[in-house]
Amino acid sequence: MLTAALRKELLLQWRTRSQMMAVFVFGATSLLLFSFAIGPNAEMLRTFSSGFLWLGLLLSSTLTLAESFHTEMENRAFEGLLLLPSDARALYYGKAIANWLQLTLLGCALVPVMVILYDAGTTALLKLLVIIMLGAAGLSAPGTLYAGITSQVKAKQMLLPLLLFPLIVPALLASVKATSLVILGDPMGQSKAWITLLGAFDLIYWSLCGLLFGRVVED
Amino acid sequence: MTDVSIDVQGVARRYGRRWALAGVTFGVPAGTVVMVAGRNGAGKSTLFRVLATAIRPDRGTATIGGFDVVKHRQDVRRMTAILSHANYLYDALSAKENLHIVADHLGVSRGGVMGILEQVGLASRADDVVATFSAGMRKRLSFGRILLQDPKVVLLDEPYGALDPAGFDLVDEVIRELKRRGATIMMATHQWERSAALSDAALVLEAGKIVFEGPADQVASC
Repeated sequence: MLTAALRKELLLQWRTRSQMMAVFVFGATSLLLFSFAIGPNAEMLRTFSSGFLWLGLLLSSTLTLAESFHTEMENRAFEGLLLLPSDARALYYGKAIANWLQLTLLGCALVPVMVILYDAGTTALLKLLVIIMLGAAGLSAPGTLYAGITSQVKAKQMLLPLLLFPLIVPALLASVKATSLVILGDPMGQSKAWITLLGAFDLIYWSLCGLLFGRVVED
Repeated sequence: MTDVSIDVQGVARRYGRRWALAGVTFGVPAGTVVMVAGRNGAGKSTLFRVLATAIRPDRGTATIGGFDVVKHRQDVRRMTAILSHANYLYDALSAKENLHIVADHLGVSRGGVMGILEQVGLASRADDVVATFSAGMRKRLSFGRILLQDPKVVLLDEPYGALDPAGFDLVDEVIRELKRRGATIMMATHQWERSAALSDAALVLEAGKIVFEGPADQVASC
């Protein structure tokens, strides 16, 4: 059932891939605007680069997450799947995994933009990829749940960030700190602790949200 | 196919302060076709959505094949298919892909999908995205979805809506086929004469209440 759900999500993402480009442009534009706010101070740009990267990804994620349920609500297609019957948890994890992959791709695509704009390069690319993957997982699990909750209300674009942002502060904080240590250097070896913390938050989010999703869509 | 009956006892459902269903009680014997008539807003769609487990009743109980629509939702869903006003289709995907998704989630082979598209007259448009389809074509595809489900109970909400004359014949043929397979069928429609010819009994709803229950031909002659 999970395979069927994931296959459907990936197919839908592929068919609406032009939106992914729009989201990337939105994220890249955010990074550009942040650089204007700091001005031509190379040291400060480099110092704040990790925060800006995650802020750009966070803002872009609200578009991606909301869109993932928009297609489901057009003809009540999601209700149709539930009535087949499909397991709500499988539908959730299918969607959350697809959103996670999309956000990871987006995060990876924004890294070169960050390097160019903020001169914030690093040689620890594998470590950075792991942090982006874990951070994107921290965004997508609760993001998919809340996108499901808000998909049926009128003010969904406003409600989703309002509900999501406070919940993901710990994961976001860990992502920013870990990324910052990778870019600016980690003489004390602190990044491992932040990555572990991020992984722990992901575990909690992915378990809890999967359990709650069934109640959210059925009740 | 094992025959499955429907039993509805005092089911009521409200939207805000308005009762869409105000306590309806009836039974549908296994393997029969029941026409549900009534004006717009009489409660037909709400009744079907309750029976399909899309929404919960505020009062009363309903069972399908002995399974309660609230307590045993998944069991009811396994044997029930609904043709709803919402067609449950993904606009961005093709007709074939939409049915593939249904097949994958049901755990049945994709092999039968093209045959079903042929049956509902959409084989030549199998690879076209649903966004380019007319309302009638979407309805045909929704029928394809129901055929793929092979349900024991079928709830058809306005099956003739948006269809051309050839589509009307298609609906009649699908209903006959489902009946041959032993399915219990309820259909809400305004095509009274046409539906009465296919139905064993009829219900008439008015303001969420049953005002007539009896032979289908009596409704058609109203």
